[in-house]
Amino acid sequence: MADSPSSGPASGFDAVEAGLVAPDLPALRGEAATSSHPSVEALRARFGDAVLHHEICSGDQHVVYVEPSQNFEILSFLKDDESQHYEFLSDVTAVDFGGGHPIQVVYQLWSLVHKRQLRVKCELPLSGLKIRSVEPLWKTADWLEREVFDLFGVEFEGHPDLRRILMPDNYAEGHPLRKDFPLRGRFSRAEQTRRALSHNVEDFYISAEMEIGREPQVIPPASEGSAGAFEEER
Amino acid sequence: MATRTVEFNVSRAPELGASGGLSQAPLLPIESPEPSLGSEHMLLNVGPQHPATHGVLRLVCELDGETVMKVIPHIGYLHSGFEKLGEYRSWNQIVPLTDRMDYLAPLIYNCAYVMSVEKLMGIEVTERCKVVRVILMELDRIFGHLLWLGTTAIDVGAFTPFLYAFQEREKIYKLHEALTGARITTSATRVGGMMADLPEGWAEACRRFVDELPRTVDEVEYLLTTNAIHLGRAQDIGVISAEDAINYGFTGPNLRASGVPYDIRKDRPYYDYETYDFEVPVGEHGDCYDRYLVRMDEIRQSIGIIKQALDRLPGGPINVEDPRISLPSKTDCMSDMESMIHHFKLITEGIHAPAGDSWLSVEASKGELGMYVVSDGGTKPVRWRVRPPSFVNISVLPKLAEGHLMSDLIMINASLDIVLGEIDR
Repeated sequence: MADSPSSGPASGFDAVEAGLVAPDLPALRGEAATSSHPSVEALRARFGDAVLHHEICSGDQHVVYVEPSQNFEILSFLKDDESQHYEFLSDVTAVDFGGGHPIQVVYQLWSLVHKRQLRVKCELPLSGLKIRSVEPLWKTADWLEREVFDLFGVEFEGHPDLRRILMPDNYAEGHPLRKDFPLRGRFSRAEQTRRALSHNVEDFYISAEMEIGREPQVIPPASEGSAGAFEEER
Repeated sequence: MATRTVEFNVSRAPELGASGGLSQAPLLPIESPEPSLGSEHMLLNVGPQHPATHGVLRLVCELDGETVMKVIPHIGYLHSGFEKLGEYRSWNQIVPLTDRMDYLAPLIYNCAYVMSVEKLMGIEVTERCKVVRVILMELDRIFGHLLWLGTTAIDVGAFTPFLYAFQEREKIYKLHEALTGARITTSATRVGGMMADLPEGWAEACRRFVDELPRTVDEVEYLLTTNAIHLGRAQDIGVISAEDAINYGFTGPNLRASGVPYDIRKDRPYYDYETYDFEVPVGEHGDCYDRYLVRMDEIRQSIGIIKQALDRLPGGPINVEDPRISLPSKTDCMSDMESMIHHFKLITEGIHAPAGDSWLSVEASKGELGMYVVSDGGTKPVRWRVRPPSFVNISVLPKLAEGHLMSDLIMINASLDIVLGEIDR
């Protein structure tokens, strides 16, 4: 069932590997905003053209598309400004639509003070999957951005510890949640098994851990007399 | 929230407690006659298979003697690619994937997922369905907290609460089984309603259960709340301030134990939670003990909510009456041509969701459970994202545990109430 979706433009692995029939991105967007959101107004006033698009999804959810190169400044304003106070970062994730469309990085914000929700999206072209990390603003972003990096291959510049999190460190098949990644993985089952069985013990430790668990220091030999007494006791 | 009535001085200061209470023997530095002995940090690998890690969690610790200097958590051992699988499933076929994430409170996951799809499709479920889902979600909050209670108590050496908690959980398992046919993998919800309505006698059985549960909760509280050993293991261990807890993304009982009254049931009410009379328990110290108190109080609040919901349980249909969403009854399928066509279309094609995306989060037993679905107008999601509360909560473990003893690391890890199924997905 999983391998042969019963409907839709793409069916089976072949279509997935060839790339989906490109969906029409503007059609995927929600309705252009008719009602305003105080934070979006403030962003427009302050950042002008960096605010690209504002829409409403599922009835009452405000989504704002911003310039990826200014994501840090915009999110930092949303977090720290008195009038905004989005001190809670609920989620960082990404969406790949396939068909060569840009990958969206999605930030889901919540303001505990004003009890307001806002979704901020940045669209990254497949040729430049790089965006500034917001880990300095919210520590939550540490693992969430690692997950996006692991599953989508989006690089977060300035992240203190950007490595794979759900997949093994030495995973060589790519980024699983990309649409061009087949459901069963890129390697054959035989190759996957071979790789799983040929792990070294060191593969399970990152370099920082290998540093802690290095060879023990050689304890300087004790003076002759005490060592002799110890031997005799034994 | 009960304030602390008993405070034992169990700080590691060498003085005895001022009240003459329990105190530990003073830890004095040993004056070594041989200063040339080397002293090194040790690398200790905990897990991935270990009873105290509550699942396949692996912690690599740097130890100085018995003090934890550094913790590096490794996750992903249970990674099943649910989110990827979801992109190949129709909207209703995803429901069975959701309860395999948090198998300790599966119904909350079932409900949260369909709620986000219903939000995307603009479906308003029936009044009866709303109340039934509230009952099920609160029942599973108790279900999750009881498991947390039992396993955490065992981690700090108290065996009896484990038996008490699991005896009560068994009753919830029976309620699950009566409703869905399964004990853990419930898959009880469908877009636009439920797999089935409550069976006859279920509401009464549920009421009997919530009437009897407070006795067990009292007994366990009697065993733990003022127990000197439990206090010594839990108080002032793994402390996190309110500000840090928000910045690190703590949610649920862990966040509220630090004194932040953020509860989605109150702040963004769904299913008429604003009309139920319940309180949000809040701690003040942000340590393991407050996390314990908050969860115990939450069990009592959930009991109250279930009782109110059972009182107001309305009649009427449980599924929305829309042939594009809900399956017609089997009788209709056999006798009515239209119904048979709808049945055929729903089974072979599935439900169509409009293009767009929706984010919906509910207060799960572990914290804020967010479901983000993106649709291109087809019968399958383009992206189905789960924001698992445990994933974010466990990422704070290094901050909480560093500087504590190794045995405290076990307590801190237990107090976070993680479930690896949803961390790894």
